[in-house]
Amino acid sequence: MAQPLGKKDDDQEDEEYSPFLGIEKGAVLQEARVFNDPQLDARRCSQVITKLLYLLNQGENFTKVEATEVFFSVTKLFQSKDTVLRRMVYLIIKELSPSADEVIIVTSSLMKDMNSKTDMYRANAIRVLCRIIDGTLLTQIERYLKQAIVDKNPVVASAALVSGIHLLQTNPEIVKRWSNEVQEAIQSRAALVQFHALALLHQIRQNDRLAVSKLVASLTKGSVRSPLAQCLLIRYTSQVIRDSSTNIQTGERPLSDYLETCLRHKTDMVTIEAARAITEFSGVTSRELNPAITALQLFLSSSKPVVRFAAVRTLNKVAMTHPLAVTNCNIDMESLISDQNRSIATLAITTLLKTGNESSIDRLMKQISNFMSDIADEFKIVVVEAIRSLCLKFPLKHRSLMNFLSNILREEGGFEYKKAIIDSIVTLIRDIPEAKETGLFHLCEFIEDCEFTYLSTQVLHFLGNEGPKSSEPSKYIRYIYNRVILENATVRAAAVSTLAKFGSMVESLKPRIFVLLRRCLFDSDDEVRDRATLYLNTLEWNGSGGETDKGVKEFLFGALDVPLVNLEASLQNYESSEEPFDISTVTKEVKSQSLTEKKVPGKKPPTLGLSANGPTSPFRAYENLLSSIPEFNSFGQLFKSSAPIELTDAETEYAVNVVKHIYNGHVVFQYNCTNTVPELLLENVTVMVDNFDVEEFEEVASKSLKALPYDSPAQIFVAFKKSDGLLATGKFSNTLNFIYKEVDTTTGEAEEEGIEDQYELEDLEVVPADYMLGVSLLNFKNSWESMGPDFERIDEYGLGVRESLAVAVSAVIDILGMKPCEGTEVVPNNARSHTCLLSGVFLGDVKVLVRLSFGIDGPKQVAMKLAVRSEDASISDKIHEIVANS
Amino acid sequence: MGQAFRKLFDAFFGNREMRVVMLGLDAAGKTTILYKLHIGEVLSTVPTIGFNVEKVQYKNVIFTVWDVGGQEKLRPLWRHYFNNTDGLIYVVDSLDRERIGKAKAEFQAIINDPFMLNSIILVFANKQDMTGAMTPMEVCQGLGLYELKNRVWHIQGTCALKGEGLYEGLDWLASSLKELQAAGRPTSIGASTF
Repeated sequence: MAQPLGKKDDDQEDEEYSPFLGIEKGAVLQEARVFNDPQLDARRCSQVITKLLYLLNQGENFTKVEATEVFFSVTKLFQSKDTVLRRMVYLIIKELSPSADEVIIVTSSLMKDMNSKTDMYRANAIRVLCRIIDGTLLTQIERYLKQAIVDKNPVVASAALVSGIHLLQTNPEIVKRWSNEVQEAIQSRAALVQFHALALLHQIRQNDRLAVSKLVASLTKGSVRSPLAQCLLIRYTSQVIRDSSTNIQTGERPLSDYLETCLRHKTDMVTIEAARAITEFSGVTSRELNPAITALQLFLSSSKPVVRFAAVRTLNKVAMTHPLAVTNCNIDMESLISDQNRSIATLAITTLLKTGNESSIDRLMKQISNFMSDIADEFKIVVVEAIRSLCLKFPLKHRSLMNFLSNILREEGGFEYKKAIIDSIVTLIRDIPEAKETGLFHLCEFIEDCEFTYLSTQVLHFLGNEGPKSSEPSKYIRYIYNRVILENATVRAAAVSTLAKFGSMVESLKPRIFVLLRRCLFDSDDEVRDRATLYLNTLEWNGSGGETDKGVKEFLFGALDVPLVNLEASLQNYESSEEPFDISTVTKEVKSQSLTEKKVPGKKPPTLGLSANGPTSPFRAYENLLSSIPEFNSFGQLFKSSAPIELTDAETEYAVNVVKHIYNGHVVFQYNCTNTVPELLLENVTVMVDNFDVEEFEEVASKSLKALPYDSPAQIFVAFKKSDGLLATGKFSNTLNFIYKEVDTTTGEAEEEGIEDQYELEDLEVVPADYMLGVSLLNFKNSWESMGPDFERIDEYGLGVRESLAVAVSAVIDILGMKPCEGTEVVPNNARSHTCLLSGVFLGDVKVLVRLSFGIDGPKQVAMKLAVRSEDASISDKIHEIVANS
Repeated sequence: MGQAFRKLFDAFFGNREMRVVMLGLDAAGKTTILYKLHIGEVLSTVPTIGFNVEKVQYKNVIFTVWDVGGQEKLRPLWRHYFNNTDGLIYVVDSLDRERIGKAKAEFQAIINDPFMLNSIILVFANKQDMTGAMTPMEVCQGLGLYELKNRVWHIQGTCALKGEGLYEGLDWLASSLKELQAAGRPTSIGASTF
């Protein structure tokens, strides 16, 4: 709407050349009266229909009455013998698509045209007729359609075949009878007929796997000439291969010869389709992949942009799973960075970022910087995201990548783009400790000239959290205070908070911070002044104290320990009175939060960026929730919380999932229950946990629910003491006990009498991995060396027959629950051996490092050498115990 | 201007044009009549789902005849072919005594339609060759033609298979039309007059 003026003028100039400029529905409908004239002017009528079609395609809506009137006047044009006009009539009937009871009026005319001597009439009449026809009428004209399919005129045959594809949706049993004719049409010399016939025949047979594979097997022998039909055939072939490879495990794929010959086809389209099919094989081997990659590589230097695009897009996909296979194309790919088509260039860049190794990063970065200024923001975001993941993969390269990010941060860009960069820098600072100082510095520089208030405040908040912990906190103060002088009120307030955080956390800076905060007392904005006053008073007054000091910091900067929703509700209920508002009365039970968590299973924490540091991270939320329950206060620090595990099927009356919380000597199960039946109210809800044979666990506390109304999730807790100190595992069966009452949904009132009932939940297991917290590590080798071989334990294991090395590796990682380092969880295809590096912290804060060496032999026997180093000999043994027992 | 000139010319020397809509219950013989008139042969027809339109020249009049199917579901659509119509040919199956009441109801609905008020009416009492057929007089009675006021109408017994009575009917149409036009009476009502 709000286009710049110049642009608008351009548009108008363009429109002047349009013959349809300013045509209007009312006027055209008036013109359509010429259809009723006794003396038809065919040319004029054609023009009016063109206008009507234009309006319809522009999205103009005709009312029922208007459409009916136009339709019936159009039917009067059947009296004209003008072929051009007749063609327009066909088109407008299809576009108007009147209701079934009206459109019937043209049936007999179309049937006549379908058998006319003019091929153009026949083809078009077939298309329109099949569009408007119903089952009973179809049987009447079936005979003609079958004839048309094998008609010697390709246009007529194609029309009948395409109509067959449409009719198959509504009248499959009739169309299926045409198989013989369709099969004949596949042999047609006309490319389009062959293409349509193949598509129809496949659709007729698509539910019969055997028939499809027979069809493919016979056609791949070489009777298909049309390139389009060949592309279809390739798709069907790969489908057959997909289906059959699950049955046969011989390794040799049937029909793959055909795809390979297609790679040498003279039409680009067919070659690309075949190459793509090959790359999409499940578990493709490099022997299969190579010819396809070579074919695609040739296309990278094609003169046609669309071919280059198709090739680079396919390679980009391959690079996600088989980066090594694509490295051969890197040189060609690099020349595409400067491609005129920005989509091609972006795909090339992101592919290179995926296939690149550590040594090529610097060169790549240089090339990308030249290219970044020419592409649109959404492409830039793709590049930024690729760089972020690259940096996490090669943490040693953080310097050059961080530099790159800061450079592009300085350039012009929209909000989304800038936000992506900021998010990336923040992620890198969090995950790569070495990058922290430079990253913070770049962020400081960014807010010196940032036009987005939202980003400025985010950065300030982040600086407040991270800055004081850096080696030289004082150097950030200048940047922060500059905000107080230069920015708008929102940013100024955020800057005041950040300053206060520095003041409270860095004792040496305190006097100077106070000076700055006092200056803020004269700010023009209320919020800024209020914040400054608050911080000054609380921090100053508390300058000497020890115990209370902690309390003040907690009060000022700690996370709010009540859910915001509950606080908001309480505040709304609070009417201003003499009595001050008491935050401790706000209930701490999380209500709606767990529902949203449940609805989006596996949802990532909100954006990888700043907010993950805040109190919204699930672990923090759990910690807050658990610490609010007095029974659990004695358990000490929470070590780990598992992801929610569903204990019920998705569609049951009561949805329950469980989170396992691990403490040093205790385990707490948090059951998140949701009642999904509006007519029921559950009361006295408890979970009865039976620890079968496991004697290491002793139930010590539980917290039940008084009531569980419809759609308001609530939690039940059951706590266990582990008698065996550390590693206790076992299975638990769970039963939900409750009293249910029927609820009148209109009044919302529950019945007086309730009925006792119980509901079996699925079993739940505590596994060794629950006691292990995966921790990412920047440089495994250094840590390994510094840990020393004092508590090293090495042993070898046979893992038996596994489908592939990758399966074995991921299975062991799951058992141990540790975090893979340096991207070693990815197993190159067809590798015979692999080394995987894992790191983690075991319950009791014991650092553990694991080096896994895998080997696989001919009959898929996997052997593994497990080397563990940790700070405690018994833990090293324990790791071996875990692996040996599972 | 050209158009007007040609009309004038046609009126004196050339062909006159007339738009006729041919209606009636299903299986009355409309399509058979149309093609008997158009190509002079009896075609084996199927029930018309929709309409047929043909030009029939007789003497110096070109009739554009719209033969709209008579099946129940098509009858509500008849009215879309009423405007700009000079004459109505209503075909009755003289053998179908059971449905003469139904035929009358449809007939009355047609002629009372605002677009048809000026049209002249020709009734074909078809299938006269069959034994037990109603006479044209009986059909007249059955349709209620005698009660019509201010309408120009004519009934003609026909046999479509042999072609008997068809041209007599057209003769009447042509001459009546000429008369009315000479008298300056409008014979059709177009959509644009509303």
